[in-house]
Amino acid sequence: MAELRKDEKIIEIVNVSKIFDETAAVEDVNLYVRKGEFITLLGPSGCGKTTTLRMIAGFDIPTSGKILLNGKDITDLPPNKRPVNTVFQRYALFPHYNIYDNVAFGLKLKKIPVTYINDKGETYTKLRKLTRKEIDEKVKNALAVVDLEGFEKRSVSTLSGGQQQRVAIARAIINEPEILLLDEPLGALDLKMRKEMQIELKEMHRKLGITFIYVTHDQEEALTMSDTIVVMKDGRIQQIGTPTAIYNEPANAFVADFIGDSNILSGTMVGRYSVRFCNKNFKCVDDFEKNEKVDVVVRPEDVKMTAPEDGMLTGKVVSVVFKGVHYEITAMVGRSEMVIQSTQSRNIGDVIGMVIEPDDIHIMKKEFTVNKYDGYITKKNTVVFGDGEFECDVTQLYPGSHLDEEGYLITADGERIDLTDIDVTVEVDLKNIEISDNADEGGACGHIVSLIYKGDHYQYIVRTEENEEDFVFDSEDLWNENDYVSVKIKPENIRLTLKQENK
Amino acid sequence: MVKKILSIALCAIVLVFIYAPILLLVVYSFDNSKIIDVSKFNFSFDLYRQLFHNSEIMQILFNTVWLALAAATLSTVLGTAGAIGIFYSKRKIAKPLQAVSQIPVINAEIVTAISLALLFSMVFLYRTYLSLIVGHMVLCTPFVVLSVLPKLKQMDPNTYEAALDLGASPSQALFKVVIPQIFTGILSGFMLSVTLSLDDYIVTAFTKPKAFDTISTYVYNAVKNGTNSSTPALRALSAIIFIIMIAAVLLINLRAGKKKKEAASR
Repeated sequence: MAELRKDEKIIEIVNVSKIFDETAAVEDVNLYVRKGEFITLLGPSGCGKTTTLRMIAGFDIPTSGKILLNGKDITDLPPNKRPVNTVFQRYALFPHYNIYDNVAFGLKLKKIPVTYINDKGETYTKLRKLTRKEIDEKVKNALAVVDLEGFEKRSVSTLSGGQQQRVAIARAIINEPEILLLDEPLGALDLKMRKEMQIELKEMHRKLGITFIYVTHDQEEALTMSDTIVVMKDGRIQQIGTPTAIYNEPANAFVADFIGDSNILSGTMVGRYSVRFCNKNFKCVDDFEKNEKVDVVVRPEDVKMTAPEDGMLTGKVVSVVFKGVHYEITAMVGRSEMVIQSTQSRNIGDVIGMVIEPDDIHIMKKEFTVNKYDGYITKKNTVVFGDGEFECDVTQLYPGSHLDEEGYLITADGERIDLTDIDVTVEVDLKNIEISDNADEGGACGHIVSLIYKGDHYQYIVRTEENEEDFVFDSEDLWNENDYVSVKIKPENIRLTLKQENK
Repeated sequence: MVKKILSIALCAIVLVFIYAPILLLVVYSFDNSKIIDVSKFNFSFDLYRQLFHNSEIMQILFNTVWLALAAATLSTVLGTAGAIGIFYSKRKIAKPLQAVSQIPVINAEIVTAISLALLFSMVFLYRTYLSLIVGHMVLCTPFVVLSVLPKLKQMDPNTYEAALDLGASPSQALFKVVIPQIFTGILSGFMLSVTLSLDDYIVTAFTKPKAFDTISTYVYNAVKNGTNSSTPALRALSAIIFIIMIAAVLLINLRAGKKKKEAASR
C-alpha cells in the first residue's frame, strides 16, 4: 500500500444539504476527511449522520452542495463508480450466495487494465476479468483478515450476527476501497461482541491503512475508536474535534449532554473569569462578557465531595447508585441537581459539601431566546416560578381540556385531574415581559441588574432577591440600573409544559 | 370425546362434498358408455384410448398448454417488472399504482372479457391470437404482481445497494441480487398464471380466433350441443388433468416440508 500523507484531504463535503419531502435531513454541512483517518459521525437518530454517509457512498444525491474525492467532484457519480465500499448496519449479505460468493461478488465484476505489446511494438491496454486463481487468493486473504478462514462454503443463514458482520467487512475490504464506510456496523450485536469488534475494527484500520468513516449513535464507541469525531444534531454539525477535545471542551450544551455524563447548569458571568451558578460565584478559566447568560458544564467526576463546611456548595444527597467502579451520587443544591461520581459512598439524606476546581468548569455561550423556569401549579391554578406567582392558563397542559367550577381540570377524555403541586416547565418570550414601578402589580419583584442597548431596544435583566432568579426581556422604554420593579406577564404569554413529558 | 367425533365428522363431510364429484368423474372415466347409467358399470380403458387417438382433442390440448405457457411467461415478465417498479417507486406513487394493478383481480371476469372484446374490435384485432394472448395476460399479470411484491418487501432493501456499492451496474444488481431473492415469488406467480390460463373460459371465449379452441371452450361447446361424439373421452382427459394436479401439489408440499425440516435441523 502506498505511503499515506496524513494531511491529504481525501473527501471534502462542501455546503451539502439534503432535503426529503420538504424536511431537511442534512443542512449546509461542511466537512473534510484526511487520508487514513478514522472519523466518526456521531449523533442521535435522525441527526443526518446516515444520510451524510449515504451521500458519500452515492445512494443519495445531495439537494445542493458538492462532494469532492481527492479534489474531483463525485457528487453525481453512481455508487458503482466510486472507490468507496460500505458495511451496512444489518449486514445486507446476499442470502442466495455462500460466503465465498458473497465476498467474491465485487471481484467477479471487477476488470483490471492490462498492458500488452503487439507485433509492431506498440503498447495498448485492455480490460480483463480477474482469474479464478486470483479471486480465490484474495477471498482467502480477506477472510483471514476477519478471522473466518474455512467458512467459504457455509451459507449466510448458518452464521451468527457477529460472523455475518465479519463477512460484510470482508466483502467490502476485498475491493481495496480508498474509503470504507461503516453505518452503525455493530448496532445489531450484543454488548460483549460489540466491545470485541470495536477493538478488532480499530486494529483492522491500523493494518489496512485506509480511511474509515464510521457512523454511530453510541458516544462511547465514538470516543474509543475515532481519530476525529463529528457531532451532529438536526442535520447540522455541532462540533468537530478529537475525542479528547470533544469531551473536555464541548462546543454547546447539546454536545456536553450527548458526550459522557454532565451537569449542565444555567449561569451568569459576574466578572472576568468569574461565573455565578447555584447562587455562588466560582472562578473559571473562560472569559465572557459580564452579565452574559451562559451554560456551565461540570463533569460528574470533577465534583469533589467534602465536609459541608469546606464545600463551595452544599447539598443534600437524594440518590446513590453503585455503578461497579464508582458510585453515582445525586445531590440537590437548592433546586438544581448535581450528579457526582466518586469511589466513596454517601447515604441518602447526608448533607455534603462540594468543591469544583476552576479548570473543571467549562463555560459555553448560551443562545438566549426564551426565559425558562422550573415551576409548579398552586391550588388556585396559578403558577409559581422565578420567586413569584403568576396567573396562567393551565388548560394548555392537556390539549382539549377545560376547568370545572371547583377548579379541577377535565381532560379531553373526561378525566378529572387535580393540578395542585404539579411540576411544570415555564417558558416566557423576551418580548412578553413588562415591568412596573408598583411592587403589588406584578407576580415577582427584583432589581434591574443589567441593561444593554441593542440598537432599537434595551435588553434588561431583572434579578429577584430571594433565589436570584433572572427575568430577561426586551423593552423600548428606558429604566435605570438598580431600579426596584415588579414583573408582569400576561397569562396567555406563559407557556407551560408538564415535567414528566420532557423526560 | 363427542366433540372430537363431531369435528372429525364435519371435516369428513366437507371433504366428501369437495372430492366426491371429482372421484366420481375419475371412476366413470373407466366406463366407456356414452351416457352414464348408474345401474351398470362397464369397466374399460376405452375412453383413454379414444382420447389419445382423437387428433382433435390432442390439438386442443396442445393449444391450451401452448397458450397457457406463452401467456404465463409474458405475464410473469410483465408482472415481475411491474412489481419491481412499484416497489422502488416513491410512496406517493407506489400506493395508488399497487391499488390500480390489483383491480383486475376483483373485477368480474365477464366485464374484463367484454371490454377486451370491445377494445380489440375497435382496432380491428378482434378474435386474433394477439387478442387472445393479451386477454390472458390481463387475467394473469395482476396475480404475478400479487405474488412477487411480498417477496420484495421481505428482501433486505440494502442488498441492492450493497451490490451497487460493490461495483455492479443497476442491471447487474437486479439480475444477480434482486431476482434470485424474489425467485420463489416469480415462480409461484408463473404457476398461478399457468393454472389461471389453463381453465379460463370467459376471456378465452370472447377473444379467441373463430377456429381456435382450448379445453374449456371445447368442453363447453360439446356439453352445449349434447351430441358431440367425443364427450366421453373428455372424462378421461379431466381425470388425467386432476391426477397431474394432485401429483404437482403433493410434490410441492413434500419439497417444502423437506426444506423446513432441513432449516429446523440447523
